[in-house]
Amino acid sequence: MSDLPSGMTEQILAFCEALRSEEVAIGTSEIQDAFRALEIVPWTSPVDFKEALATTVAKSPRDREVFDLVFDRHFFRATEEAALEHSPEGADGHRAKLSEGAREELGMEALAEAIRQAIADGDESAMNELARLAIEAFGRQSESSGVVGVDMQRIRRGLGISPSSDSSGDAEGEGEPLDRDQIARFERQLRRELQRQQITRQGQLPPARPLSDLNRSLPMRGAQDLAAVHKAVAQMKRRLATLGHDPRGAKRGRTVDVRRTMRSSLETGGVPLNLRYRPRRPRKPEIYVLCDVSTSVSSASTFFLSVLHALHDSFRKLRSFVFIERISEVTQVFEDERDFTAIAEKITSTGGVADVSGYTDYGRVWNEFLTDVSADLGPRSTVIVLGDARTNGRPPAEDVFARVADRANRTFWLNPEPELYWNYGDSVMSAYTPFCDGAFECWKTEHLEQFVDVVASGKVEAGQSTARKYTSGHRY
Amino acid sequence: MAATLQNLPESPAEVAEALGDAAYLADDSTALISYLAQRLGKPILVEGPAGVGKTELAKALSRATGRELVRLQCYEGLDEAKALYEWNYRKQLLQIQATASTKEDGSDPVNMGEIFTAEFLLERPLMKAIANPEPVVLLIDEIDKTDQEFEAMLLELLSDFQITIPEMGRIGATTHPIVLLTSNNSRELTEALKRRCLYLWLDYPNREREIEIIRLHAPEIDVALAGRLVDVIDMVRELDLKKPPSIAESIDWARTLILMGADDIDEKTFRESLSIIIKHRTDLDLVAEKIVPRLG
Repeated sequence: MSDLPSGMTEQILAFCEALRSEEVAIGTSEIQDAFRALEIVPWTSPVDFKEALATTVAKSPRDREVFDLVFDRHFFRATEEAALEHSPEGADGHRAKLSEGAREELGMEALAEAIRQAIADGDESAMNELARLAIEAFGRQSESSGVVGVDMQRIRRGLGISPSSDSSGDAEGEGEPLDRDQIARFERQLRRELQRQQITRQGQLPPARPLSDLNRSLPMRGAQDLAAVHKAVAQMKRRLATLGHDPRGAKRGRTVDVRRTMRSSLETGGVPLNLRYRPRRPRKPEIYVLCDVSTSVSSASTFFLSVLHALHDSFRKLRSFVFIERISEVTQVFEDERDFTAIAEKITSTGGVADVSGYTDYGRVWNEFLTDVSADLGPRSTVIVLGDARTNGRPPAEDVFARVADRANRTFWLNPEPELYWNYGDSVMSAYTPFCDGAFECWKTEHLEQFVDVVASGKVEAGQSTARKYTSGHRY
Repeated sequence: MAATLQNLPESPAEVAEALGDAAYLADDSTALISYLAQRLGKPILVEGPAGVGKTELAKALSRATGRELVRLQCYEGLDEAKALYEWNYRKQLLQIQATASTKEDGSDPVNMGEIFTAEFLLERPLMKAIANPEPVVLLIDEIDKTDQEFEAMLLELLSDFQITIPEMGRIGATTHPIVLLTSNNSRELTEALKRRCLYLWLDYPNREREIEIIRLHAPEIDVALAGRLVDVIDMVRELDLKKPPSIAESIDWARTLILMGADDIDEKTFRESLSIIIKHRTDLDLVAEKIVPRLG
């Protein structure tokens, strides 16, 4: 067992605290695990130390990314601080000395050569050292731009290091050709070194943390967001599929078919060894989705269309409608097209959204839905409305909506606006909520997941939404 | 804990070597985490894209440690009767009948304690892993396919290595199993579960490692060809595919190329063997359009 050096415990605790402040959820038990792991891993080996810490506290790829950043920042700072305390010259003095020696030996040419060599050898520590030298060398030539990417570019160009495929025509294509991976490794070192300097210069993490922020906000665009929506819907499907039978002990709650059990007990001399059950009728939800595609929700309609798209992938019995002023069924479009962009295009152009003025007319939509479709609504149907309930001053016709909701088993409303804005201006959300089993704000994938949870658990939170009836039905 | 009975590895390097002998090339973090899992007795949660060798890691650990592999494949609607244990109630009924008929006077009813014993228990994988007198490797595959309720049920098992059966009490592990949970990340696992595990993210390996892996599994392949193969696979993975080719598929492709007697991947061989690495209609079109012209 290798004991941690003094002060290390505090450092690690401080590090975990830093991680927590970056929204990585770390439990006390995980910190204990980290210490137990560090007891049996030699802390002198940097890679093992880091990995052991990472595996116990960072439990998702995103957490790991934050972990790497914070790890570098934290322990780099810690060493700097310690160095300052221990030597009067300070850490910079030590480093300056090092590069002083190197500076004399290494001109720009030689530096590039040395880096090339280190890259070819794959020597991480040499690369790290050389990355620092390179930054320093370029720092003397010109002022740092303050943007890591720009500095990287400049240094890389100055050193003339490029992948073999590109440099084959170059005049300086001397030495062994380097492949992309190896160069990428050096660049990682270089980038890290530059980031470190920037972090210490500014005394904080770079403000832009695109990863954690991009993930969350709407409007949704691009394939990745689509994937997130699909994920949430897939989850919903799974939860709906297993809904209704108590997951703990699938046989529990099944009813015994007495007649068939008696019949089969004849084989075993009248002892009912084989129980026969009544077949369970699987729950097949029929879903009707009405999606507002008018201009007032244009930023969210991409999101909603992708929700629709994902729903179509998951549910067989799904009919979807888009509406602005009038309603039109687009089930067929989704069934014919697989590609999301094609669908979006079709719906907005030829999808036949009957649109005269471009303003939503909810009253008319409900009337049309009631006459055209509601005959099909039954005790198994769920109606989901995606819209902002902004009527542009037209009558909301909530009584018609009430009749629709009444025919359907469950009715949910997803509103792309934050709950704060409901009922302001021409939003008539409150006219509809009494007839919905649940009304939710939905402008992030998280909200969608929340909705999935609520729907799948069969419970509707009374606090945030007005629940007219409690249709948890067969459960609880 | 029965840690003393088992010969625990001394260092991550030792684990890496043992895994290497079991035909699994572990990188540093994989070896380190496998080592920690054995030393600390904690489960490993392995996540990553499909086909990077998550399940294979469990198999390799089982081979490397000489332990039996107990596997629980998860699916939607998996319940404890299929994962933990079930009462063999036919046997119980027969027992009741047999006892009743021997006691002709019918004075004593059957003692209920007699029919709720280990004898009447049907062991399912998790129970099997716990009750096994020999230490095992327990693989809970694709945990993300189950419901959250099932995850919650696993918590007792994962933190204390015990199972509570209401009629019999707690059954604790006699030996300490190595537990691996794999997930394709198709849904977010609960914090409670993650908290109990060591986390390992497996990704596609870098170029050198993938070449090594391919040569390990298809030793006949020429080094240059393996390199070329990995380059092409890399190109394909960069596209936005429904199902990017995994390591398993690279290996299959290498074997196919050997069978075809190809010594280079040109347009013709690529087209002919494309279906080995691409498993989706739309992906096929995309690859044909984007990659084939670049083969030259």
